[in-house]
Amino acid sequence: MNRTNQIYLLKRIVTATVSLFIVSTAVFAITQILPGNAATVILGNEATEEAVKEIEAQLGLNRPLWQQYIDYMIGLLTLNFGISLTSQQPVMSMVWPRFIRTLQLAMVTMGMTVITAIPLGVIAAKERDSKIDYLITTSTYLGMSVPSFVTATLLLLVFTTGPFGFLPSGGYTPISQNVIEWLQRIFLPALSLTVIVMAYVLRQTRSSMIETLESKYIRTARLKGVGESKVLFNHALRNGLLPTVTVLAINFGWLMGAVVIVEEIFRYPGIGELIVIAIRNRDLPVIQAGVLIPSAAFIFANLTADIVYTWLDPRITMGDQ
Amino acid sequence: MTTKENNWRANRQFWTQKALNLVFANPKVTIGLAIIAPTIVLSIIGSEFTSHGPLETNPADRLQGPSGQYLLGTDHLGRDILSRIFLGARTTLLIGFGSTALAVLLGVPIGLIAGYFKGTTDEILMRIMDIVMSIPTLLLGLLILVALSSSTTNLIMAIGIVFTPRLARVTRSVTLSESKQSYVLAAKARGESHLYIMFREILPNVTSPIVIESSTRVGYAIMVGASLSFLGLGSGPPYPDWGYMVSVAREHMYSSPWILLWPCLALLLVIMATNILGDGLKDALDEKNFQ
Amino acid sequence: MTQSDINNTILEVENINVEFSVPDGTVQALRDVSVSLDKGETLGIAGESGSGKSTLALAIVQYLDSNGHVSDGSIRFKGRDILNASKDELRSIRGGEIAHVAQRPSQALNPSLTIGEQISESIRLHQDIDSSDDARERTIEVLDQVNIPDPAEMSERYPHELSGGQQQRAMLAIGLSCNPDLLILDEPTTGLDVTTQAKFLDLIQDLKSEYNTAILLITHNLGVISEIADRVNVLYAGKMVEKGPVKEVFSNPANPYTQALLATTPELGVDKELRPIPGRIPDLDNIPDGCIFADRCDYATEKCETGSIRMETVSERDGHESRCLHWETAISDPIEAEESAAPSHTPGEDVLSAEKLKKYYDVGGVIQNRFFDHQPVQAVSDVSLTIRESETVGLVGESGCGKSTLGRTLLKLHDTTDGSIEFRHQELSGLNKEQLQQFRSECQIIFQDPEASLNPNKTIEEIIERPLKLFTENPPEERQQRITELIEQMNLGREIRSKYPHELSGGQQQRVAIARAFAANPSLIVLDEPVASLDVSVQASILNLLNELRDEYGTSYLLISHDLSVIESICDRVAVMYLGEIIETGTTSEIFAPPYHPYTRSLLRSIPTLDPTEDIAQIRLDGDVPSARDPPSGCSFHTRCPKKIGDICETEDPQLESVGDTDNSHCISCHLDQDQIESPLDMVANPEM
Repeated sequence: MNRTNQIYLLKRIVTATVSLFIVSTAVFAITQILPGNAATVILGNEATEEAVKEIEAQLGLNRPLWQQYIDYMIGLLTLNFGISLTSQQPVMSMVWPRFIRTLQLAMVTMGMTVITAIPLGVIAAKERDSKIDYLITTSTYLGMSVPSFVTATLLLLVFTTGPFGFLPSGGYTPISQNVIEWLQRIFLPALSLTVIVMAYVLRQTRSSMIETLESKYIRTARLKGVGESKVLFNHALRNGLLPTVTVLAINFGWLMGAVVIVEEIFRYPGIGELIVIAIRNRDLPVIQAGVLIPSAAFIFANLTADIVYTWLDPRITMGDQ
Repeated sequence: MTTKENNWRANRQFWTQKALNLVFANPKVTIGLAIIAPTIVLSIIGSEFTSHGPLETNPADRLQGPSGQYLLGTDHLGRDILSRIFLGARTTLLIGFGSTALAVLLGVPIGLIAGYFKGTTDEILMRIMDIVMSIPTLLLGLLILVALSSSTTNLIMAIGIVFTPRLARVTRSVTLSESKQSYVLAAKARGESHLYIMFREILPNVTSPIVIESSTRVGYAIMVGASLSFLGLGSGPPYPDWGYMVSVAREHMYSSPWILLWPCLALLLVIMATNILGDGLKDALDEKNFQ
Repeated sequence: MTQSDINNTILEVENINVEFSVPDGTVQALRDVSVSLDKGETLGIAGESGSGKSTLALAIVQYLDSNGHVSDGSIRFKGRDILNASKDELRSIRGGEIAHVAQRPSQALNPSLTIGEQISESIRLHQDIDSSDDARERTIEVLDQVNIPDPAEMSERYPHELSGGQQQRAMLAIGLSCNPDLLILDEPTTGLDVTTQAKFLDLIQDLKSEYNTAILLITHNLGVISEIADRVNVLYAGKMVEKGPVKEVFSNPANPYTQALLATTPELGVDKELRPIPGRIPDLDNIPDGCIFADRCDYATEKCETGSIRMETVSERDGHESRCLHWETAISDPIEAEESAAPSHTPGEDVLSAEKLKKYYDVGGVIQNRFFDHQPVQAVSDVSLTIRESETVGLVGESGCGKSTLGRTLLKLHDTTDGSIEFRHQELSGLNKEQLQQFRSECQIIFQDPEASLNPNKTIEEIIERPLKLFTENPPEERQQRITELIEQMNLGREIRSKYPHELSGGQQQRVAIARAFAANPSLIVLDEPVASLDVSVQASILNLLNELRDEYGTSYLLISHDLSVIESICDRVAVMYLGEIIETGTTSEIFAPPYHPYTRSLLRSIPTLDPTEDIAQIRLDGDVPSARDPPSGCSFHTRCPKKIGDICETEDPQLESVGDTDNSHCISCHLDQDQIESPLDMVANPEM
């Protein structure tokens, strides 16, 4: 790795950190203007004024905003998001195990996407304008046009009841307990996300592969007498799949949001389901953690994609222009 | 002056021709418009032609399948689903187009400014955009809506804000490459004002990518809007959009899957139409650029 | 010669037609084209853009775009029918027996494979070399053959880590790696600087004498053909118009198109009035009857416009043929460039002058400068230059020397890093808004790519009217009148007014850009490579137009160009730039005659001439231009200078000093003393040889 790349990566890490810091601030700011305050959440609407004051003092909500902000940021550095207003448990202990489960869901989705979308995209590009290509590209329209709650609901309807109802309708079994059952329960939520992510990744793979296959250096290879399969594997894939790396990262970010819906529908105990509950209960610390942790994961995914990109692409394309 | 007038007329003819060419240039554009245009019309006047109004409840006829009387059946309160689909189209399309328009209005100037001035201005603006983008779409929408309280207007605001960085990014990248063209430098050498260069010289030449991006955004906005509304953060009763209709239908999906299917299909059809349209526009406009 | 059993003939292309189907019909890119090539022979295919020369190359290797095909004729390579070859046969021919070296190596090399990998792949495919050590050995051998320094280390590099000239050599190495029988070079030097081009051509010459490879050289540059080809075929609009030995065709052209092409090409040291070719190349989807060149030809008669015109034999012995009914008249009364009238303008007051001007790019932020040894790009350093009234000053140098940056900085399109610019004795940085507007109206700029310099969304009328609106207070009627006047002056048709830029040809676009620049009567125009992207026949007409306009308006020009012959043809004074510095200035005649700066000398000696018989001593520069981020100490040219005298060149930066005895107009920055500079460099170069 050369010096320019090192500087670039260092820069990238610094900007990622800055982004993380500002996102945390933004989340703090937005949660401050949420209607309804913590005390009424805990005590209910009929609470006396004194009781409210007492609770507020207890939670530190009567202090000036900047002090709350500093406490909040210090908390973040020590991964301490405070105490949940509804369950009175440390937020981190509620959120973290759920985040791990969500991550499992995301990883299974990404895995399923990669093993299907990339080969199909490459085939479509290779057989451009053939029947196979039309079939593949037309079906991606379906994937790009269907909201996740529709895929999830329909899959739930078809595969958990009636003649094809051989899968459990939701929930979660830890992988350490029973791998088969884990797979059975994670399969449908992952599938309802894969259908969508796959469409985007496939289209990107197809179009960048087409561009690569039409490039001048592929012509050079063919005019050297290189056979078609070698042209594809030795010359085209590495360059043609580079943009896919970025698209995978972007879709990971999308997944971090879409899980809210899918987890809710399949009653999958991940971070998304928790956010819906927390929003209903106006449970501020949980909302903060529930938004921040997936955002941090997304920032991290983008950073990883950039690192992978510079590693795969010998040109320094992403440094300063 | 007659030349002026001729010029204007030639200009108008040029643009009409350009628009007409665009509609028929590419079968995808034609297909997309053939679905979206009637949907818009039906969303406005469709419920006038159904046998029952969208808000008319007939408890006796609840949860019926499609029949001559109720073409698509009825929901759990015995309301006519077809006429409710028409009504729902109104909110759904409003969210799709409204939020995209907002994103264009905010994002395009940001992108123009960043791409034209470059340097620190660019760095600051795009950093902010990156940060907005680093919060997953649905979560940010959720957060904004919870802060603003749920209503159709707020839904449009939330999605508009969430999509602004996308429009800004696209505009910035084409503005950056366009600023390198020597006609921009020529304008600077003439001493034109920054505003003139940005909006009169550059903007007309970057409309294609902006149009392409916004047309795909419309479908995506409908999707996000429906999702948020599905979570109960939309307009809600009595003026439902399709996302809300799906979430209500879910309670009865095992007994009468029909009421679930119709809004799902409607969503799929409209979003697909916008995607096909966007794709077609991309093909058509890209071809033009190559000429 | 239809028999391919004549052992010597390697390639025979007979009467091929190539068609491309496009949405509105068929483009007949090549019609009735025949080419034959012997072992060890170099055949040049000359033609302007749209002539179909690259299509010919791709047809030979059967790699036309999917919408194109050879519709008629035959292509035989070593007696084998290429058009009906099986896929496997083609695969072994491509790369193994016919090597195609594509233009633009930066796009034609795979960015994610090392140079070595790309060469050894070809070796393993076509030669009986299986072990990777042997392949590696051969790779290094080939890289050495194409004069790549330190081949073992270079083979580990990726394409982007090589300079343009090295990339082109690497492309050539891929081609040579399997000792092909036929080497196709498609515009091999386009995009290279003259000094790099000269070295590449030397290399081809060496290879020619060393191996028996037949070379098909495709280029628009007649000088390149004159320098290395044995025979030449001239293509025009998909038809072969003349073929024969290079010497014969260049000295005795028998086709009006070839004559016109030669007459329109500027030549170094030849004082000629450039003759533009009127009209433009016809559309290939609707081919007129008769001679394809008839509508632009001085000799054309009615007979030329009907029937099919055949190749006529000019000289049986030489194989010189011309596709022209009037070739005999053309030979006896050829189109020739006349001597140009001496420029008759006297420079006046100073218009624009720069003093110790510096322009650095990518200066970097506090963090970069503090924590990394960040270096700015020193695009322009310590340049002083004066442009006087109605004077044309040429600024010449190779790509990256900072000439365009200097031009733009002078017009205040960039901020200056240091130094001063004065416009009519007024410091630019001190201008108020009104004065700045005045400055803008008086100083205009014209760019290299005319299409990019016109807003694609505005009509020609709107484009020309804009400066009139900005800089004059004329009412609309007067503005319209002025537009009409300008359009006429530029030799553009009236119908052009309501058109959009993309509807015009490159030459017309550049005329519109010139009209816009002249609209408000400027006193200075910066011409930034104004003809570099135009075909040579159009170049001449633009240069002539610029000359006329200068005489009429009394405008001053700063002409920026990499092309010394363009500079020579219209400039009064010239400044030569190298790595951000002016290293020699003087009147045009002073620059193009001794004494020279060693760099100017090698530039002049790098340009291939149109005269194939001329054999001048060559000066070749070592290595590549150093990075402008980290220019060499002392004299910036010392790393490549063939006349470097010692340590002083590395430590002390020479100043521009007068070498003439008259009026201080000729200045050179070099440590050599007057006598050393004056002695013709080429005679003392390399005394060991």
